[in-house]
Amino acid sequence: MSPGHFVALAVILFVIGAVGVLVRRNAMVVFMCVELMLNAVNLAFVAFARMHGALDGQVIAFFVMVVAAAEVVVGLAILMSIFRTRQSASVDDPNLLKY
Amino acid sequence: MRGSLAIAHAVAAPAVTTMAAAGVQRAAWLLIAFPLAGAVVLLLGGRRTNRWGHLLGVAMPVAAFVYGVIAFFAMLGYPAGQRGRDLHVYSWIAVGAFKVNVGLQLDQLSISFVLLITGVGSLIHIFAVGYMASDPERRRFFGYMNLFLASMLLLVLADNYLLLYAGWEGVGLASYLLIGFWQFKPTAAVAAKKAFIANRVGDAGLSLAIMLMFTTFGTVSFSGVFSRPGSAGSGVLTAIGLLLLLGACGKSAQLPLQSWLLDAMEGPTPVSALIHAATMVTAGVYLIVRSAPIFNLSPNARLAVTVVGAATLLFGAIIGCAKDDIKKALAGSTMSQIGYMMLAAGLGPAGYVFAIAHLIAHGFFKAGLFLGAGSVKHEMDDEVDMRRFGGLRSVMPVTFVTFTLGYLAIIGVPPLSGFFTKDAIIEAAFAKGGTSGAILGGAALLGAGITAFYMTRVMFMTFFGERRWAESAHPHEAPPVMTSPMVILAVGSVGAGGFLILGNRFMNFLSPLVGAPPVSRGLFTTAGIASLVLVVAGVAIAWAMYGRRPVPAVAPAGRFPVVAARKDLYGDAFNESVLMRPGQWLTRLSVYFDNRGVDGLVNTLAATVGGSSGRMRRLQTGFVRSYALSMFVGAVLLVGALLLVRI
Repeated sequence: MSPGHFVALAVILFVIGAVGVLVRRNAMVVFMCVELMLNAVNLAFVAFARMHGALDGQVIAFFVMVVAAAEVVVGLAILMSIFRTRQSASVDDPNLLKY
Repeated sequence: MRGSLAIAHAVAAPAVTTMAAAGVQRAAWLLIAFPLAGAVVLLLGGRRTNRWGHLLGVAMPVAAFVYGVIAFFAMLGYPAGQRGRDLHVYSWIAVGAFKVNVGLQLDQLSISFVLLITGVGSLIHIFAVGYMASDPERRRFFGYMNLFLASMLLLVLADNYLLLYAGWEGVGLASYLLIGFWQFKPTAAVAAKKAFIANRVGDAGLSLAIMLMFTTFGTVSFSGVFSRPGSAGSGVLTAIGLLLLLGACGKSAQLPLQSWLLDAMEGPTPVSALIHAATMVTAGVYLIVRSAPIFNLSPNARLAVTVVGAATLLFGAIIGCAKDDIKKALAGSTMSQIGYMMLAAGLGPAGYVFAIAHLIAHGFFKAGLFLGAGSVKHEMDDEVDMRRFGGLRSVMPVTFVTFTLGYLAIIGVPPLSGFFTKDAIIEAAFAKGGTSGAILGGAALLGAGITAFYMTRVMFMTFFGERRWAESAHPHEAPPVMTSPMVILAVGSVGAGGFLILGNRFMNFLSPLVGAPPVSRGLFTTAGIASLVLVVAGVAIAWAMYGRRPVPAVAPAGRFPVVAARKDLYGDAFNESVLMRPGQWLTRLSVYFDNRGVDGLVNTLAATVGGSSGRMRRLQTGFVRSYALSMFVGAVLLVGALLLVRI
């Protein structure tokens, strides 16, 4: 169980999350993919902390969790207000800022 | 002993040294301040000054003349070597190595000019009071005339070339304003423009000469340049001399810049008398005589001056023979007489004194002739065609007598002015020796004969013969305000030449400054007798053609020489084809290049920006996912770049 395996897993999770953000149409699923990316990053930090024998990575992981929580609050609030206005959760619908 | 070596053997001018002005000469700035104040008051005061404007306009030149006489007698009190005085007025430009002051130089040359300008100028101003009496713009006329006097006095009194140039430009401006005084006449407006543009060509030459002087000598003041002319190479000195000659040609209406003088007769006759006979056109001669130390060291420039003088002498005389307009005939005569002065000035120290003596005598008799022509024109309801004159001597006796005295002076009948001064020039030209001396002397002699011919033609057509007047003309003698200046000028025409030349009076006065010829001539020489013979021949031919036969009222179609002379010897045609048309092509080419090239460049730039921005705005699709993709791609690129740098 070398830390390298954990980093590989983190990379795979990150890529899955990134593809999901770009491809999925439902706003909730996009948020969940973003969460997936953040968790992958957390995993990577902790694995590197283990590799270097320092605690810096674990401390940063705490920060990332706090940021993720705050971001979810704000994002879900925005999604709620859009849904109430448009009756649709698709990210393709609000396209009024086109040229 | 002869030829170009004559310069070395002539009495060369001693080094120019000036002392500081003392005593009454310290107020020499008054000479310029009087007419300048008159001009400022009359031009800025406007119509309020109309009632007394002409009186102020006459008082200022008279005041300047009075001061000039006082300064002259103060100068006579100094010994001959100490007559050059310099008055520092204020420091004008002091930029690094370039220092120019406003200073006035009172020496024999400038005081001669001052007396001529203010004296003849005052007389002409008095004449103009009567001549312009019926013109509602008389006050503005006197304002411009005073402006001219101030600039001309600045020109002759300046002690450095840059201040001279300021006066030079000022007289050009005043000439433009005065020729085009009756602006509503299209011919007058065009003539004023023509005079100004021809002057500008000459001014370019003068300004280049000043710049060349600064780079060569480090200074433009007379004392600085003339104290070490030998320090420059002969090529540079010749270049400066030729450029000064170009400037003089523009101002003095010499070849090749002569075409404006005849058109300048569109201005009122006092303008023609003052500016285009006595003073402004002599500024070129002043410039050359003042720059004597430079010309003394460059024989090529001197040769060019004599060639220009001789050529213009004949050119002007031939034109004057065919003109029916009395003022244009006199203008051709002016061009020719200034050619004499240029010829003399180009002879070096052997001729400078004679050039200035002839200039002063010419100032008297030419101004007198022009005032006479103005008097005739005034009485004949502004008619100037001599074919409508005739038989005027019985109705205008005073004008006739003064005009006759001026006529005798200009053709060189002894003992009047022209005999002494013109023959001195002819004699000096022959004394130059060699082929050039013979050609120049011959040209001057021939010119004397032609002068006699055309002046006698003017006399016979105007004052003798049967009356060919228009129905409405009732001429009588001019009022005293117009005839008294003519009488005084006639006295000058009779006496000025003899007064200056006999007893070597003017020679002794001026030669400490500019040098003297090696041998002094006697009174009756071969050249003098030859010129008298030619004068009699010219008078006789003119009498046979115009005195004995009736003058046709309509100008007869002449053969080629007459037709050519009527067209100013194709001077205008030459200017047009050689200068104007290429200039027009050049401007059209520039306009084309500006529209297509420069504007095209700017418009293409603007179109490029507009087009590219039109393409780029299509990135704004409004889709969140495409924005997310571009963020993702950018992040990948950044990481890749970082990795590349690390590796």
